Amino acid sequence: MHHLWLIPFFPLAGFLVNGLFGKRLSKGAVGMVAIGSVVLSFLWALKALFGLAPLETAHVERYFTWIQSGSLVIPYELAVDRLTAIMLMVVTGIGSLIHIYATGYMHEEEGFYRFFAYLNLFMFFMLTLVLANNYLLLFVGWEGVGLCSYLLIGFYFLKHSASTAGNKAFIVNRIGDAGYSVAIFLIFLTFGTLDFPKVMEAAKALPVEASAGILTAICLLLLVGATGKSAQVPLYVWLPDAMEGPTPVSALIHAATMVTAGVYMVTRSAALFLHAPIAMETVAWIGLATAVMAATIGITQYDIKKVYAYSTVSQLGYMFLALGVGAFSAGIWHVVTHAFFKALLFLGAGSVIHALHHEQDMRHMGGLRKKIPITFAVLTCAWLAISGVPFTSGWYSKEAILGAVHHHSPLMYWIGVGTAAVTAFYVSRSMFMTFWGEYKGHAHPHESPPVMWLPLAALAVLSLAGGALFNVPHILEPMFPQGHGEHDFMLEVIGSGAGLLGIALAYVMYVANPGLPASIASSLGGVYRLVYNKYYVDEAYDAAVVRPIVNGSRTGLWQFADVWLIDGMVNGAGSFARWLGGGLRRLQSGSIRAYAAWVVAGAVIFIIAAGAIAGVQGGLR
Amino acid sequence: MPPLPVPAAVPLSYYLILSAVLFALGVAGFLFRRSLITVFMSIELMLNAVNLTFVAFSYQHKQVDGHLFTFFVMVVAAAEAAVGLAIILTVYKNRGTLAVDEIDSLKL
Repeated sequence: MHHLWLIPFFPLAGFLVNGLFGKRLSKGAVGMVAIGSVVLSFLWALKALFGLAPLETAHVERYFTWIQSGSLVIPYELAVDRLTAIMLMVVTGIGSLIHIYATGYMHEEEGFYRFFAYLNLFMFFMLTLVLANNYLLLFVGWEGVGLCSYLLIGFYFLKHSASTAGNKAFIVNRIGDAGYSVAIFLIFLTFGTLDFPKVMEAAKALPVEASAGILTAICLLLLVGATGKSAQVPLYVWLPDAMEGPTPVSALIHAATMVTAGVYMVTRSAALFLHAPIAMETVAWIGLATAVMAATIGITQYDIKKVYAYSTVSQLGYMFLALGVGAFSAGIWHVVTHAFFKALLFLGAGSVIHALHHEQDMRHMGGLRKKIPITFAVLTCAWLAISGVPFTSGWYSKEAILGAVHHHSPLMYWIGVGTAAVTAFYVSRSMFMTFWGEYKGHAHPHESPPVMWLPLAALAVLSLAGGALFNVPHILEPMFPQGHGEHDFMLEVIGSGAGLLGIALAYVMYVANPGLPASIASSLGGVYRLVYNKYYVDEAYDAAVVRPIVNGSRTGLWQFADVWLIDGMVNGAGSFARWLGGGLRRLQSGSIRAYAAWVVAGAVIFIIAAGAIAGVQGGLR
Repeated sequence: MPPLPVPAAVPLSYYLILSAVLFALGVAGFLFRRSLITVFMSIELMLNAVNLTFVAFSYQHKQVDGHLFTFFVMVVAAAEAAVGLAIILTVYKNRGTLAVDEIDSLKL
């Protein structure tokens, strides 16, 4: 036993302490509890992993039987294999850094303890998600992180846009979760178990012709779940709005960890997906569509966090593209490096926003290079990494993905390369608009405290060197053997060239000729407006889904079913009884002779009826 | 003693029709007369119409049950007359009228 349960337990304990007593504790104590619990979790995970090395096969710890109902037996089992180990390190490692950063960032905010209670709760659920050894326990973590995401997006719940953004994230995720639930049912029906190892063994043993249909259905439904949680087309719309939450939340939940849960889940189910080629192809195309769409939207946005949000969606699309072409380890590699540089981008953006007193519009920034040099330096590292400048972390994972994609389909490869150039372009644009030129705002920028920039520095090192330090495909070799190991030098040159081209183009447009973007935008007119308004996807969903539901609920459910039908039936029963009583009331006149008259009338009717019956019977006889 | 000669000329249906006519008269009197005493007399008339039916059937079927019922009815009617007339007297003393539709203090 390596007591894996302690890994999620520490943040849970931190959540309980901060949630129950946080109001009475000082901010320092709350911060210590929050950071301490996550760091302890990180250290314990590290200790367990060292104890378990080299972890060729999965290490499973069974604690108790959670659910037993007929043939459905769900044990509470935590398991570690190499995939989980990578996710554990990312979640607890990045999580620790972001917790440290957040104590500085959130220091002046109301509800400090509430923030950290939620953040710790998130860590608990995220760790449950990655440690779970069956689909149901994974679902517990899956839903739990969704809950924490909702709570933290709506952290400034007095702000209307924040609470609606929280609702949007929660509701859109429900759609995905419905797919995931049905997938669980189908898995249980098909395999009679929900344990990952047993399901994967059974899937491998199934003959292809017998299993293709059901496995495709299962995989597509799992993909529906993943598109919700990991913000893929068509359910990505919640993630950009999720930026209403505090910036550390954007970094931790909506960039580094939670949104990669879909990638993790699909990778975990790799054995199923490998038997469902149609589902794989769907994954790839959805990923590619997401990557292209979000990247182009990213070009036109002015809110610095929105740019990075669309960038996150786009990068998640890259990961799905990798999964879809069967390069699971490359996808996970991108999860890891993306966690480094995207967390850094968000935290750096948070540092800029912090420095400018909550200014997020890049048109009011500029020239901050000299004013907040540390933030500039660390953001530069993230910029280089996401742009795919050679030998940064992002370069490694992106080249791994693009190489695998080229092997699968050259068309997809070229679209992917184009997207890489666009990615480099919009991130460079945000950098140039923020740090070059003249300062156009009115605040007095100040550098963030060390508690904020020290985690940034750590992430900066990881962004630059993380790809070389952690060769994920090599680590995952026992689980996902690499079919085509040889590197194609030409592909790497093309991929790197695309990134550098994007940077150069952004330099030309935003530093050398600052008037150029506006004239290009006006000459493109309609296309620019289409992209600037995010392809009107929100409006389309509003018209196609939200309004019909609202109107249907209002007219159909409320005014018809509730007011007319149900209230009508209840009120109708009441007024019928009233009407009947009103009529019968007249019988009860109190006049003896009226009663006597009724008696006589009754007797007369009775005698006539008896006579008639007797007459009829007599006639029949 | 030789049995009385049966008056064969009067069939049962005559008795029954007479009884029905008497009963109907009693009902009409009960329903339509205002005076409490007349109403009371109408009730007696209905009782006696029923008595007549009992006796007629009893005679027809040569059974004694109908006679017995008739005696019971007469006893009850006598008691009722005594109590009823006492009530009527009291009502008249208290209200000064015997009109049925004016004696309505139990009505709401």
